[in-house]
Amino acid sequence: MSILVNKETRLIVQGFTGSQGTLHSEQSIEYGTNIVGGVTPGKGGQEHLGKPVFNSVKEAVDKVEPNASIIFVPAKFCKDSILEAAEAGIKLIICITEGVPTLDMLDVKKYIDNIGARLIGPNCPGVITPGEAKLGIMPGNIHLPGSIGIISRSGTLTYEAVKQTTDLGFGQSSCVGIGGDPIPGSSFIDILKLFEEDTQTEAIVMVGEIGGTAEEAAAEYIKANISKPVISYIAGQTAPAGKRMGHAGAIIAGGKGTAADKISKLKECGVHVADNLVEIGNKVAEVLKIN
Amino acid sequence: MNLHEYQGKSLFAEYNLPVSKGEVIFDAKNAIDACNKIGGTKWVVKAQVHAGGRGKAGGVELIDSPDQAEAFAKKWLGQKLVTYQTDKDGQLVNSILIEECTNILKELYLSAVIDRDSQKIVFIGSSEGGVNIEEVARNTPEKIIYQGVEFKDQSLPEHAKNIANVLKLNNEQTNQFIPMIDNLLRLFVEKDLSLLEINPLVINSDGDLHCLDAKVNIDTNALFRQPEFLEMHDETQEDPREAEAAKNDLSYVSLDGNIGCMVNGAGLAMGTMDTIKFFGGNPANFLDVGGTATQDRVAKAFKIILKDPNVKVVLVNIFGGIVRCDVIAKGIIAAIKEVDIKVPVVVRLEGNNADIGAKILSKANIKIESINNLSDAAKKAVELAK
Repeated sequence: MSILVNKETRLIVQGFTGSQGTLHSEQSIEYGTNIVGGVTPGKGGQEHLGKPVFNSVKEAVDKVEPNASIIFVPAKFCKDSILEAAEAGIKLIICITEGVPTLDMLDVKKYIDNIGARLIGPNCPGVITPGEAKLGIMPGNIHLPGSIGIISRSGTLTYEAVKQTTDLGFGQSSCVGIGGDPIPGSSFIDILKLFEEDTQTEAIVMVGEIGGTAEEAAAEYIKANISKPVISYIAGQTAPAGKRMGHAGAIIAGGKGTAADKISKLKECGVHVADNLVEIGNKVAEVLKIN
Repeated sequence: MNLHEYQGKSLFAEYNLPVSKGEVIFDAKNAIDACNKIGGTKWVVKAQVHAGGRGKAGGVELIDSPDQAEAFAKKWLGQKLVTYQTDKDGQLVNSILIEECTNILKELYLSAVIDRDSQKIVFIGSSEGGVNIEEVARNTPEKIIYQGVEFKDQSLPEHAKNIANVLKLNNEQTNQFIPMIDNLLRLFVEKDLSLLEINPLVINSDGDLHCLDAKVNIDTNALFRQPEFLEMHDETQEDPREAEAAKNDLSYVSLDGNIGCMVNGAGLAMGTMDTIKFFGGNPANFLDVGGTATQDRVAKAFKIILKDPNVKVVLVNIFGGIVRCDVIAKGIIAAIKEVDIKVPVVVRLEGNNADIGAKILSKANIKIESINNLSDAAKKAVELAK
């Protein structure tokens, strides 16, 4: 088992023929991902990387029956691309693109939730189930099929956690980058829930960072709902308070959101916190030994 | 992206929000004319910087002659204003807003932000306006209302009334307030704001609501569809190195340590800074070269880092996902050849094409410590910085 994606996943790529879409689709295919086609408006009927190109997601759904889509289109078109995929009935949508306007995401999130689809990202590395399917831009070779579920707000920090758990021989069940934007399609809690239900996952690594209160909310959720050990690392422990303007940000944050707040909340809720980035793997080893 | 108060107020005026009659000047010689154009016998002069707390720092004055406006402009234009919201060097004043004087009966607080938790635009209101609003929020949270709203919300008038109650507005003021909230929400959505703050929103001596300040922040991700704001961008309000970095799509924040950092991804950049501190060192900066770093961008990143005279060593930490390590390696070599780098460089490459990257570095015949383990690389950088 694994979560979200596996060998059975039938993937289409939105923004298939662009430079990013092409580069990462090639790598995904090489990894063994079942890409069944791509979408680039105006290029329907062509073939790209040996796969059919369609003008719309709807057309792709009719012809090749995908059950997941990955989006590489420029930020200004992401809202339309996500809505198009959801409307066409795709239930798993992964948006890699960074720089999507926040107000676009408010609209998108509401629509996705109403229609019952799942969005991962934007501004994220994607999802991988090692040895089965790579729906994203992560370097495939650092992964190893195994027992650790990884969730992270940051792309490159995800890779760091992956590398360390691979080096120690644990491997990963699945890895999900939820993205660092203010309004992400899926939260830590959404993914924690899936890892809890997944029989292959023995422990969960949750990599967070300063800002917002997603880690605090996840901590509460873990305490109440997650039986598997959770190991966490929070980036930004030494980040200075930036220059700011006005008071609204500080009022809404209510003094929460610092690394120290997040770490104390996580510890209070029974999460095992790695003090340092380079200690994530060792912390996993330590926790699994005790359990 | 932040706007100046005068720019924010011109937006407010565009959305029928009550603001004072005012003129902005960039040269002290225009001060007297500006006062005469506004008319009246009393004015407020306000130094325009991207920071709050101006009043307490002497950047806002009440005056009763145009000569005083000129004197204020002469005093502040070209100078830096230091407030509790700026860093120790302060922000350059290159414009002054002169406004007609408003008689204040009461100061209120109103703002709007995008709330990550409720995933809505939230209006924040309080009957206690002014600079101590954060204390009010901490000590007397019952005096603050957080009202989530939706676009084209049918119940927006009801939401506005809820806020008006907390602001203790009378009926007439509430009638002014309901369209005000509607206009503010339209402004927020149509112009892609990420923050809007009126502190204080006042009740003037006529009993009317009036926006005495305007802080507006635009979502930089949306600038492609808000081109008017690109012209309003005041680069002088930013650290020059940060501004230069931003021009090259690099995210840079200068710090006070001596280990320069070049990292891909904001999370890993923070994690690298944490690791340096963990091993007893001090980062000189945060720098995220981003996901699509080209050779050119890496070279520019190097130049920006090395402009800081405190930098004794540079730690490059790249985990290649989108960005390939061989590209980074070529960028490092190009930059080292281009800039006369006198400090040691420690490079840790991992991920996509890391082995090719390491080979390119080792063949380049330049002074680089190539270490593929982050702990060891950080320890080495800390040691070299001593």
